[in-house]
Amino acid sequence: MEIPYVVHPRRDTGLYNAKVGIWLFLASEVMLFGALFSSYILLRVGAEAGEWPTHLLNVPIGTVNTLVLISSSVTVVLGWAALKVGNFAKYRACQTITVLCACAFVGIKSYEYNDKFHHYQVITKDGKVFDGHLVSRDKEAVVLHGHQIDASKGKALGVREASRHGDHGKEIEIKADDIKKIDNYGPAHNTYMSIYFTLTGLHGLHVVAGALVIAYILWPGAGMYKTDPERYINRVEVSGLFWHFVDLVWIFLFPVLYLL
Amino acid sequence: MHTTTADTHHAGAHEAHHDEGGFLKKYVFSSDHKVIGIQYGLTALVFLFFGFCLIMAMRWQIAYPNTPIPLVGGLLNGLFGDLATKGIMSPDLYNMFGAMHGTIMVFLAIVPLAFGAFGNLIVPLQIGAPDMAFPRINMVSYQCYAAGGVVMLVSFLIPGGAAQAGWTSYSPLASTIPGDGQTFWLVGMVLLITSSLLGAVNFIATIIQLRAPGMTWMRMPFFVWAQFVTGFLLLLAFPPLEAAGLMQLADKVLHTSFFLPTGLAVGGNLANISGGGSPLLWQHLFWFLGHPEVYVLILPAMGIVSEIVANNTRKPLWGYKSLVYSSLGIGFISFIVWAHHMYLTGMGTKISTFFQTTTMIISIPSVIILTCLFISLWGGSIRFNTPMLFALAFLPMFGIGGLTGLPLGFNYSDIHLHDTYYVIAHFHYVVAPGTIFGLLAGVYYWYPKVTGRFMSETLGKIHFWLSLICMNLIFMPMFLQGMAGMLRRMSDGGAMYSVAKVGAIGGLSAAIIKLNEFVSHAAWMLALAQLPFIINFFWSISNGRKVTSDNPWDATTLEWQTPTPPPHGNFTKTPEVVRGPYDYSLPGAPKDFVPQNQTT
Amino acid sequence: MSDHSAHDIAKSVKKYWFVFFALIIGTVITVGAYFIELPSVALTVAVALFIATIKGFLVAGYFMHLIDERKMIYGIMASTAFFVVGLMVLTIWAMNDLPPTTMFK
Repeated sequence: MEIPYVVHPRRDTGLYNAKVGIWLFLASEVMLFGALFSSYILLRVGAEAGEWPTHLLNVPIGTVNTLVLISSSVTVVLGWAALKVGNFAKYRACQTITVLCACAFVGIKSYEYNDKFHHYQVITKDGKVFDGHLVSRDKEAVVLHGHQIDASKGKALGVREASRHGDHGKEIEIKADDIKKIDNYGPAHNTYMSIYFTLTGLHGLHVVAGALVIAYILWPGAGMYKTDPERYINRVEVSGLFWHFVDLVWIFLFPVLYLL
Repeated sequence: MHTTTADTHHAGAHEAHHDEGGFLKKYVFSSDHKVIGIQYGLTALVFLFFGFCLIMAMRWQIAYPNTPIPLVGGLLNGLFGDLATKGIMSPDLYNMFGAMHGTIMVFLAIVPLAFGAFGNLIVPLQIGAPDMAFPRINMVSYQCYAAGGVVMLVSFLIPGGAAQAGWTSYSPLASTIPGDGQTFWLVGMVLLITSSLLGAVNFIATIIQLRAPGMTWMRMPFFVWAQFVTGFLLLLAFPPLEAAGLMQLADKVLHTSFFLPTGLAVGGNLANISGGGSPLLWQHLFWFLGHPEVYVLILPAMGIVSEIVANNTRKPLWGYKSLVYSSLGIGFISFIVWAHHMYLTGMGTKISTFFQTTTMIISIPSVIILTCLFISLWGGSIRFNTPMLFALAFLPMFGIGGLTGLPLGFNYSDIHLHDTYYVIAHFHYVVAPGTIFGLLAGVYYWYPKVTGRFMSETLGKIHFWLSLICMNLIFMPMFLQGMAGMLRRMSDGGAMYSVAKVGAIGGLSAAIIKLNEFVSHAAWMLALAQLPFIINFFWSISNGRKVTSDNPWDATTLEWQTPTPPPHGNFTKTPEVVRGPYDYSLPGAPKDFVPQNQTT
Repeated sequence: MSDHSAHDIAKSVKKYWFVFFALIIGTVITVGAYFIELPSVALTVAVALFIATIKGFLVAGYFMHLIDERKMIYGIMASTAFFVVGLMVLTIWAMNDLPPTTMFK
């Protein structure tokens, strides 16, 4: 006996196997991201007043990335539709754009990550807080391009107040002996940065994985279109479903992390 | 999603192709659900034994604190050095063994045995499917499990040893213990969770899609239903733990503070962390898995017991539909009871009332299932073979485990009983003489299908009676100890809190502490009681009584309507199911059973 | 879906473009609201999440064809939604319903 319903849908469920499989997998993904979003809410609600950063990330860049991901999502579904009516060339063009969009997304995201790793906060022994991009750092002193922060209502609120008036700050030199604590805006900086890196990192992994699968089906695996076209179209559809889910997660991640 | 390797090949050709691959392809990298089921089964049995060995060593430390462990003391000293100087188990080693006993038993032994092994072996056969829906994913699922097991085992040997924070790994304790044990634990868990998720997707898709013609939902054997619900529990409850695991891993490796509060002090010094995290968040996410996990452990055993009870009473199961709807009900409600593990974390009255209520509600379907199985026995001419004995013992043992859970589900009685030996006794009654007896029943019952030979009845009965007695001797006294206030996780078995040390008020009486010795001896007896099983298991492969037909138990379900052992692809021709799963003693039928694919 | 004819596909393609522009407009409105700085935090959150939810429904409904998917898929996703909401609501409730004298969260 062979495994049935690999290509054609089963009568009573109306589905082929892989489609059931991918939806079940997406259900577990919903729980995974759902748990992380719950954690986000709890950490945010539990944060001390003025310590939860808002408006910290670069919104124009985030917007561009959102548009990139939306575009990739529409090319996936257009590619599938083209394949459905037998237009392989158009499918290939559409999916190539998808893969390029995925690369662009990851590239932009890496730039943002890199920016955060160069963004430092310094607390001096006399309680002053400085915040800005690292210009130089050696044994004697640290030079930041940024602001001194009024941390009386909380460090995060202070950072926001300082950058709110369109002030890009100036170069500040802080003596190494005066420094009590210096750290960059990496995952360990505060709980916001932790959940930011966890959520976007996990989402980024999904983008990479999805792009790899789509690219595999698009180029090395394309031979199946000749031998078993229906199954090939199923594969395109299933990989597309995964891609849309990745897009869907970002639709929530973007406002939650960048805008609120 | 890749589904099958060779669509266009004829079934026979496929089989021939499969045999060509040699030993590795056939037994190690096989995508045949039966081979994978056996892989799961053997690996899980080894882990079951290993987990038992850990607790046997710990039981020495509990009964005779700070004396060298006989027989294995030297070995422990050699392996763990300072942690077991002169063969005496240090508290660190005790914690390590305790944490790993729980982890191994739950995630590496029982779940893989109940879900991975029996599910893989039996579910496709019972629904008349040629294989799982995604055979290669099935293979990857086993490999992830094996890899997770290796990571857990290796963690014993790294400097500092394995995880020590209990199988629940509560933060901040888990994140602040020095050493890499917890990191290994988390990596291992991520692999095990991945394995379970892949398995769950596969099982559910198989049951939805690959049922043979005529196998409607209400004609599925109850075992398949149990696995179906189990699959959903794993699919939806594990991801939050995976998320929590990733966050704890970040706490450990990237020094984030997801679960570490502001002002956390470690070893008397303020920890160098940003703080702001929430320790309770870990507990919520952990128990969001942890409670459905309980039903992951018990439902497959209930399924196995139902099959065996129907077969050996030669009667249809009483209340098949009630069983099905109850298991679905358990599945749903089990997601909203988890915080009854957390009454002592300082919950408000409203939320704890909510969780008390749902906890009481979930006991209703469990009781319905048990009642149906008891009523099924009524008026049957019962065949008392070894699988049936284990199945019958499951019923009262699970009953004790379940009923003693009620005081833990009420917050006011839980305040006294929380974290005592009472809890240990309660959940071990559910899992050890409960689930494990169910699983052993399954081993005895389906052994002839896999090997073509029966296991020895004599050895089986010795195994059964000794196990039943020992299990009760171990766990019954623990109820007393727990009610007397003996806390779990104390490496000296409570000696520090004895009347001699702390005085008569609040101290543990000498009689209660003396029970430790009794329990430990019973535990070692239980180990001896497993020898007949181990001998039986291997001896019967080549020497057991041969089966005379493909259906040696005169059963109705489809797994017995195939050749023994079933070939690759399972059925010689697609079975057409025409009746429900338990048509035993049908009036007017020529025999006292009518298989599902036979018209009288 | 394998029962789509060429005509249906052509019609769907129009829909996909429509959804695409709706998503872009949604994004623009959300970002616009961010730069305008609405008077209250609650309003900002409500607007952003409301638009995100609509966008989510559009992607799931049309790009993922959930709008005319089979009952089985609805069942799976509906129970998932139930559990994810349960997880969120109950944990948040538990974290906020503390005994009056508790000082730690």
